This record gives sequence, C-alpha cells and structure tokens, in this order.
Amino acid sequence: MTRLLARPELGSVVGMVAIFVFFFAIADPFRQATSMGTVLYVSSTIGIMAVPVALLMIGGEFDLSAGVNVTASALTASMLSYQLSLNVWVGVVASLLFALGVGFLNGFLVTTTGIPSFLVTLGTFLMLQGANIAVTKQVSGQVATDNISDMDGFDTAKAIFASSFDVGSVTIRATVLWWLLFVAVGTWVLLRTRPGNWIFAVGGNVDSARAVGVPVRQTKIALFMGVGFCAWFMGMHRLFAFSTVQSGEGVGNEFIYIIAAVIGGCLLTGGYGSAIGAAFGALIFGMTNQGIVYAGWDADWFKFFLGVMLLFATVLNMWVRRLAVRR
Amino acid sequence: MPLIEMTGVGKRYGTIVALHDVSLRVNAGQITCVLGDNGAGKSTLIKIMSGLHQHDEGELLVDGEPARFGSPRAALDRGIATVYQDLAVVALMPVWRNFFLGSELTRGFGPLRRLDIDAMRRTTRDELARMGIHLGDVEQPIGQLSGGERQCVAIARAIHFGARVLILDEPTAALGVKQSGVVLKYVAAARDAGLGVVFITHNPHHAYLVGDHFVLLNRGRMRLDRRRDEISLDDLTREMAGGDELTALTHELQRT
Repeated sequence: MTRLLARPELGSVVGMVAIFVFFFAIADPFRQATSMGTVLYVSSTIGIMAVPVALLMIGGEFDLSAGVNVTASALTASMLSYQLSLNVWVGVVASLLFALGVGFLNGFLVTTTGIPSFLVTLGTFLMLQGANIAVTKQVSGQVATDNISDMDGFDTAKAIFASSFDVGSVTIRATVLWWLLFVAVGTWVLLRTRPGNWIFAVGGNVDSARAVGVPVRQTKIALFMGVGFCAWFMGMHRLFAFSTVQSGEGVGNEFIYIIAAVIGGCLLTGGYGSAIGAAFGALIFGMTNQGIVYAGWDADWFKFFLGVMLLFATVLNMWVRRLAVRR
Repeated sequence: MPLIEMTGVGKRYGTIVALHDVSLRVNAGQITCVLGDNGAGKSTLIKIMSGLHQHDEGELLVDGEPARFGSPRAALDRGIATVYQDLAVVALMPVWRNFFLGSELTRGFGPLRRLDIDAMRRTTRDELARMGIHLGDVEQPIGQLSGGERQCVAIARAIHFGARVLILDEPTAALGVKQSGVVLKYVAAARDAGLGVVFITHNPHHAYLVGDHFVLLNRGRMRLDRRRDEISLDDLTREMAGGDELTALTHELQRT
C-alpha cells in the first residue's frame, strides 16, 4: 500500500479520473467516442513535449525555451525549404540540427556557467521569440510562412508527422501513437537504463552524483537536447498539419509542459517524478481543454481550471509523499 | 610501498593558501587520521586525494607513481573512494540505486542494454548483510535510513567496488554516540579487509579509538605527525584543542 502511494503518478491519476467523471457528467458531447479522438489529439500535442520536460525536471533543470523552440524548428524547416526550393526533407533535417543545437546551447551554458537554468533558458526563450517573428517578417514579408503543401517531399513528411486513421467512428491522429511511443521510451530510459539512474541522481543531489563518478555535465546537456528533439518533432507536426507556420506561436506553452510534468508528480526541486505521470498530466489538459468547449462554457475558463488542477495536484502529491516517506 | 604518499603538497585558491607543505602516507591495512579544526584544510586535502581539485605544489604518489586526478572518476579508477559526510547518497533514490550509482550493472546489448535490477538488489542486500546491516527492503528511499546506516551503506559500496583507499570525511560528525560506534566498527572492518583508510575528523577520541597514525592540520599547515605509539590520547586531545595556546589560555583565565 505504501509502495503504491509512493508512486509519483498517483496524484495525476486521481485528478484525471475526477476530471473525466466531471465532464462526463455535465457535457453531453464529451460522452461520445468521437470526441475522445479530439481529446487524445490535444493531449498528445502537449504530452509529446511533457515527456522530455519531465525528464529534464527530474534532472533538476527547467527549459523555458521549449515552447518557442517548437515554432523556431517549424519556421526553420519551412523557410529553408521554401526559399531555396529544396525538398522539404532537407528543411526537416536542418531544423532537427537547429533544435538540438538550441538544446545543446542551453545545457552547455547551464553546466558551464552554473547560472540557474531558469535564467539561461529565459534568455534563449526571449532570443527565439524575437528572432522567430523578426526573421519571418524579413524573409517572407509577413508574420506567417508561405504554404509549402505543394513542395517535394511534403506528402511523405505529412504521412509521418501529421497523418490520421480511423478506428470505427473515431479518428486517431498519428501524434497520439508517437506520444505513446515517447512515453514508453522516456519510462524505459528513466527506470531501466544507466542514464536514467543518472538523471535521478543529478536532480536529487548533484554533488553526490559527481562524487561517485556520474557524468553530470553530459547527462544535463543530453536532457536539454532531448527537449530540443521533441520540440523539433512537434514543430514538424505543426508545419505538416497546417502547411504554414505562425511565427508568434508557442509562447506560453513552456509553462503548460512544465505544469503537466508537475501535475504528473515531478518535484520542482528535481530528483523525483515520472514520464507516465507527465502523460496523465497532459491528458488532464486535453480533457479540460475540450471539456470546457463541449460544456459550452467560455474558453477563458480553461486557464482557471488549470490553476485549480495545478494547486490540487501539487498539494495532493505533497501530502501523498509525506505519507509515504514517513518512517 | 604506501598506497598514497603526499610530499610537500600545497594548494592555493587565488591568493588564499589553503594548504602548504603537507606530507602524509596511507598504508594498506592502516588507518591514517587527519585531525583539525574548521578551516584547517582537511577538506582541501580530501579534495586533492579524491580528484575534485588538483594540488599546485608538491607531489602526490599513488603506488609510488606521481598522480594528478582530473576527476573523481579518475581517482575511483585508481581505487581511491571517498565517502562524504553529508553528500554520500541521493536521499530520494532507493538504497540499491544509490549503492550502484555511477557503476550500474547492465545486461543486454545496444538499445536493449538495460539495468540488471535483480542482480543489483540481491548484491546490495548481500553486501550490506556482510557488514551486519540487515535491511528488510532495499527499495526504500535511502533518506529513510538513519545517518549511521547511510554512512555504512556508502562504506560498503566503496569496499564492494574494489576500493583500496577509503577516504572518510567526518563520518561521525553528525551522529550520536551509539551511531558513531557503529560507524567506527565499519571503519575498523574496512581496515581489517586490507584497505588503507584516511579518517578525517575533529574528534580526537574517535580518532584514537581506531587510528594508527595521526596528522594534525592547523590553518593549512601540518602541526603534528605521529604514530600511535608516539602519542597518548591526552596529548592528542591537548594538541587538537590548541596545544600551547590552550595552556596559555588556561593560564590567562585562571582566577587568582
């Protein structure tokens, strides 16, 4: 029983069931199977990012540039391919290098200078936010990129990043499957591999980790690059789902990823949490987001609900942990 | 040949001299005690031996060869393990994950290379039992163990991973009398297992219980260097408390 209570995911499971029951009871469209497809899709767009963000938090760091890095990757791929009339896959690969580079830079600066990641990534967040819009205006003369849907390689890229299929009457988007895969990989890495052990250690007590020979620097840089990788993946999804990218998008999403991870049981101070919990956190977001629409409420209530969920989950997590750690 | 030999070792941080002209030997099967007040240079000395900092004067010989460790990993690879007073373990992680941290066992290859959790749990339980610690559950967070037990886990870990030199940074400082006794027994057990032990402490009573050799540091310099048969506990305590300075102080404070 204590073992079960000590699971980091517990709070998020309780919250998820509560939210589900709540909207199931009050919103008629929420009960239909087809709406589950939409809920899962919305959840997956947050969930794919919540996995590396949760791992990074367990490793004791934050990444405020995660949201705008998604947009920056999409812009890089889109504009590079369009302006040079290249196969879109060239842009896809180039933007992967770009997003990993942003992650590396964040990790490198944090581990080299010792400045808190909150500040370092606030810096890269502002830089990317500004550059996203400024460069897009410079290159395409407007705040969105040109439509790339008729370019070479678009269809194959769309099949990978933004396709969908039907199961009975329910439409499932590919991102939902990718999300499941990323959660599985994140959980595997965290609980079943050496780097996973190191992630818990560098977040839990960086000095002990260093003293027993854990490669602290490499672990942290890899975590930041993991966020970069998933930001690239989500950027590619947005690009190939909509064919065009709004350069101002993504601002504020970094907090949604962090909140999903926290609801999922990640400690703000690091050293504790889970990838599965972050997935439940993302699902809570997806359900709330759509539930409010289905209930016919003003969409502005969404933020209010988020706040309630965040407080509820953190208090519950704290209480559960205290119960479990008591001798 | 001593496992570690330091001759005239010094270290500066900018213009501050943290350590100057310190010499000591660590022999297999012996306990070398390093005593000193706060700020005497004890921690600088450990950091040089354990690879966290590098010395800028003198020589550090390991097995008779000059050595300079770039990282704790490099020192570990030469069999020099350090157990720190407060940062020996990661409190939120299970006992077995702490035991194997940095030296995890794996099985499988390539992307399927994974932690051998069963083997690690079993080994942790057996190794701790060998040192007389019986934990019902190696899955519990190590933060739930008592301070003495945590030190013992860290010592058992160092021995298991083939340490030849064990550096203990104030292992008894934060502990009560009974817990200190438990830890001192494991320090002696490590010595009997043939390890060279460096025991850092500011408690001369604990030092004299187990020590073979005593080195006293004061403001970064060596004040005293004696074998056990060359000094009594009373003298050691007096030197530790300030020696002649203390005599002068006693004189000064004496009521007439």
